[in-house]
Amino acid sequence: MIPDLGKYAGAVLGSYAVSVALLVALVVVSLWQGARMKRALAEVEARGAPAGQTATRTATRTAGRIGGQGDV
Amino acid sequence: MSIWEYANPKKFMQTSEVLLPWVTGLALVCLVGGLFWGFFLTPDDYKQGSTVKIIYLHVPAAIMGTSAWFMMLITSLIWLIRRHHVSALAAKAAAPIGLTFTVIGLITGAIWGQPMWGTWWAWDPRLTAFLILGLFYLGYIALWAAVDDPDTAADLTSVLCIVGSVFAFLSRYAVLFWNQGLHQGASLSMDAKENVSDVYAWPLWTCILGFLLLFVTLVLLRTRTEIRSRRLQALLARERSAA
Repeated sequence: MIPDLGKYAGAVLGSYAVSVALLVALVVVSLWQGARMKRALAEVEARGAPAGQTATRTATRTAGRIGGQGDV
Repeated sequence: MSIWEYANPKKFMQTSEVLLPWVTGLALVCLVGGLFWGFFLTPDDYKQGSTVKIIYLHVPAAIMGTSAWFMMLITSLIWLIRRHHVSALAAKAAAPIGLTFTVIGLITGAIWGQPMWGTWWAWDPRLTAFLILGLFYLGYIALWAAVDDPDTAADLTSVLCIVGSVFAFLSRYAVLFWNQGLHQGASLSMDAKENVSDVYAWPLWTCILGFLLLFVTLVLLRTRTEIRSRRLQALLARERSAA
């Protein structure tokens, strides 16, 4: 199945191995960071819920500075 | 309907949530399809032999390494001019992706250069500018991490991004006006008299599209993470002040 790469097999396969490893690492780290942040935010939001709307409103206002308005 | 609506974090989160599965799917199809096509179904080049297969990684990675910086330049300018936080966060989110593409471009270029040029590296204008661009990526990421106040960090990194754009420009166009060095001109160009053969060009375009879509996917994903992180910091600050 693998084509005959001749004397350049090491160079070609090495290029693919390094590139795929870097791309996969980038995707995995991005997904992991995203999931970790989502979980942490959900925990803090759940913890802050009984405190009433004040915390949410203030956080919304602060987070709203991110884009000028609105909740995240 | 204005494009500035997407500067609202809530609107960005809603829109990106809908877009992400589609862009991710398209990126996977183009990347896997393009690389399979290029690696398994194209012949060896009469001069370069099987090393021509490195083109499907090297060229898209190098193009996206510089394009990511130009995207960061645009979003940084939007931050500086209009103070939209999502714009600054999108630039921050794009930097590690651009750095990865740049590193892939440098490594695959060195591996390809050794058998074709007889050297892993040459202080050629294009290569040198690309290496400096990679160092600018590192500096940009380090600067974001070093400054506590997010608005100040966004200001400083935006200025750094403007300065680094010189090297992003040089790494792409140096061969056009610096008639020296080992690196050849563009492999694909609308106005060139001679481009790579169609048998290589079509899978190459597919890979370029795949890298572009992967970049969009990861920028959306990482910007969502940055927005959540900013909201988390705001909530924690509120908790601390209430305690």
